[in-house]
Amino acid sequence: MTARYRRLVRRWLPEVATIAALVALPFAFDAWLGSVDLFTRILIWGIFGLGFDLLFGRAGLLSFGQAAFYGTGGFVTAYLLTSGTLNNVWLAMAVGIVAATAFSVIVGFLALRRVGIYFAMITLAFGELSYFLENSPLAAWTGGENGLPGVPAPVIRIGGFDYPFAGSWPSYQLVAGFFFIGYVLARYIVLSPVGLVLTGIKQNPERTAALGHDVAGYKLAVFVLAAAFAGCAGALLGIFQSYMPPDAFDLATSGQLVIQTVMGGAGTLIGPAVGAAVWLSLRDVLQQVPAIGSLWEFILGAVFVLLVSFMPSGIVGTIARLGSRLWRSPGVLAAVSMADNVAAAEPLLAPLPLVRTPAASAAGYALEAKDVSKSYGGIHAVDGVSLALPEGSLHAIIGPNGAGKSTFLRLLKREETVDSGRILLHGIDITAADVTAAYQYGLSKSYQINQLFPQLTVRANLRLGALARERGRLRLDVFRSAEGFAQVEALVSALAEELGLAECADLVVNTLPYGEKRRLELGLALASRPSVLLLDEPLAGLSPSEREDIKKLIRSLRKGRTILLVEHDMDAVFELAERITVLHEGSKLAEGTPKEISNDPRVREAYLGGMAA
Amino acid sequence: MPTLAQFLSQAFNGIALGSLLALIASGLSIILGTLGVLNFAHGAMFMLGAYAAFVVLGHVDSFALALAASAVVLLLVGLGTERGLIRFYYARPKEDQILVTFGLGIMLVEAVRYVFGGLSQPVPLPSWGQGIVNLGVFIYPLYRVEVIGIVSALLLGFYLLLYRTRIGLVVRAGIEDPLMVELLGTHVRRMFMIVFTIGAMAAGIAGVIYAPLAAVIPNMGEPFLVECFVVVVIGGLGSFPGAVVGGIVVGEILSLTTLFNPAYAQAAIYAAMTLVLLIRPRGLFGTMGRA
Repeated sequence: MTARYRRLVRRWLPEVATIAALVALPFAFDAWLGSVDLFTRILIWGIFGLGFDLLFGRAGLLSFGQAAFYGTGGFVTAYLLTSGTLNNVWLAMAVGIVAATAFSVIVGFLALRRVGIYFAMITLAFGELSYFLENSPLAAWTGGENGLPGVPAPVIRIGGFDYPFAGSWPSYQLVAGFFFIGYVLARYIVLSPVGLVLTGIKQNPERTAALGHDVAGYKLAVFVLAAAFAGCAGALLGIFQSYMPPDAFDLATSGQLVIQTVMGGAGTLIGPAVGAAVWLSLRDVLQQVPAIGSLWEFILGAVFVLLVSFMPSGIVGTIARLGSRLWRSPGVLAAVSMADNVAAAEPLLAPLPLVRTPAASAAGYALEAKDVSKSYGGIHAVDGVSLALPEGSLHAIIGPNGAGKSTFLRLLKREETVDSGRILLHGIDITAADVTAAYQYGLSKSYQINQLFPQLTVRANLRLGALARERGRLRLDVFRSAEGFAQVEALVSALAEELGLAECADLVVNTLPYGEKRRLELGLALASRPSVLLLDEPLAGLSPSEREDIKKLIRSLRKGRTILLVEHDMDAVFELAERITVLHEGSKLAEGTPKEISNDPRVREAYLGGMAA
Repeated sequence: MPTLAQFLSQAFNGIALGSLLALIASGLSIILGTLGVLNFAHGAMFMLGAYAAFVVLGHVDSFALALAASAVVLLLVGLGTERGLIRFYYARPKEDQILVTFGLGIMLVEAVRYVFGGLSQPVPLPSWGQGIVNLGVFIYPLYRVEVIGIVSALLLGFYLLLYRTRIGLVVRAGIEDPLMVELLGTHVRRMFMIVFTIGAMAAGIAGVIYAPLAAVIPNMGEPFLVECFVVVVIGGLGSFPGAVVGGIVVGEILSLTTLFNPAYAQAAIYAAMTLVLLIRPRGLFGTMGRA
């Protein structure tokens, strides 16, 4: 009962605090400046920032072109109202937001083809493009450098009376209402599976894709969502000022949004509003000081550089970190409440039952590679290799360094395209599938070098893997809690138990020792309940006793699934594998039972050739 | 329809503007390619060079002195920035590097605004650049012809530095694989410092050459920064030939579109960028793999 109560408080406390701030703070601003307008302005930036924080703070996508959508939302709304095309302000706002999102689909489609630095440059370029379009070719509609004056305020009808949101306080009520709705929505998204996937994309996009999530799709979704927030904020700006200014499209607008978000704290949702409060208040204050008035932007620039250098989590992020150090209770509660599920979860660790198709039944093989080749330049990394794994078998690939083992696994897991040949999973051709689809089909892989989500807890790491097959490649279930899938939670707890990670399930991964990380790496591959598991050197870098643990784990986790193991530890290979394939210079040298392989003179030659002489 | 003379004249403008863009963008591009840092303060560094020219040419008619002054200013700013700021950011996410150089750019622009004021101020042409020249079918300002010559010489020098010297070899190897260069025993940190400074100086020298063509104003670097991004996206990351070809392409698109409809000049370069992104996302001369 108390646990449930505490969880409710934890879920809704930020919303309650936000309401309190939205009620109390305007009076403080009114008392201080004689008007609530500055606070209204801060909240418009705050709405703009809610979307940007999902994009940058969550998914790690640094866009320098958000002004494009802010301006589009604002100008479309303003044009519809000032030209008399629409009389209903609410409807005009909705059209403005739709226009901004439509524009963002095009920009996102292009900009999201690249990441990091390129993404920043391309979004900035599209921001500038929209600025020039507004200024010249579209000037007949947008007023060019003059903007659009005379944007009306919306009206609601309460019991026969009209209440227009015009003037300082009514405008504040309008903007505060939108801010609150936006904040609640953004919180839902952060706590949903979508929010978890976005965090995964920020920390390790390749692994997120390998865990069955459609990374490109989620990126586009959050980009469009951020544009919707931007469009809404732009529309509110025009309504609040009764004037839509052309500098909404300015590069400086995008830049100011970035600065405010980083100052306030990226990834905190409320951060951009706090940053806006700092920026706009300091500007007003500094401009009053005679000696430094004209230096205000220099000072704010310097403050920004110092913040990025020494306080990268921003004002809210830093306060939150200090606060959580003083007042910690989470984690343990969740672990206890899940514990009772574990006993019943044993069958969860077995592979998901296959949907039997005629092809699958006919094949009899879980995984089949037919004459697969891949070359880089002139080097034949994998040269016509065929392999067939019967269902439930444990097969190993060995070979000297550079034999093509890891490349072959990457081809099987669809991380790279084959030059020729076919790959069949349970008789179904997956040669053209991508890495995400392969995971969805029940083919997963653990990596030679750990590919984890370092800033998430062990539990959240496993959850990210387990959610993909429960939810499919792409689903925008933003009103569900990421922790609300009973089946997934039971699987996560059972996996943590099986991997010996139950004790540290609520610790952040980058605080764990290497052995634990290695087990979690294996756990991520298992979280989809795969029917076929590829293990790329699972014992790499482990101590002898840890190796024993992993070997035990591999045996206990078979439960009828098919395993393909690449490993340099020959003792482990000969102990675990039922059949062994030897690769040498990209081709298959030999295949057979461990006994046959150890007696094969060609294998001895390949391994010992250089040294025996 | 424009006459042949108008067309050729604009095409010449395109080369003059494009070669300047090529010079600025090649500085941006080698920093990006070698250090992996996108220098958002690059536009501000271009502006610093232009203000150095404004100060010098306002007092004495010596273009050489203006070039030297800008070189010294950017040498100090470049070195100071790399040693005092950027080097602490090599291990941090790319996004942090963008943010900090963005903040630095604001500081440089605002500092100049504080010292010289926010108004646009003219810069005199050097005495040998005044007048016009008859190029057969059309008449053209002398200085612009000279700009093409000066910038070509500078780009050639840049090319020789990158492709014909030891340091250039190390820089190009660093663009391919910084880790390997370090493993092979080259002092990568010192190379980073040199590359950043050279890149900053390229922007500053371009600023000197540009200043007499227009006027100086503190935020003059911003459009050049954005156009350089377009050049780098079109030409390819870290590629010197890409920066040169991309610069000329962007310069020509800007000039020739202006001939037909000035309102679409800017839009046209973004259309070209979009086309490259769709057809060849790595850029004309870029290699895949580095993002």
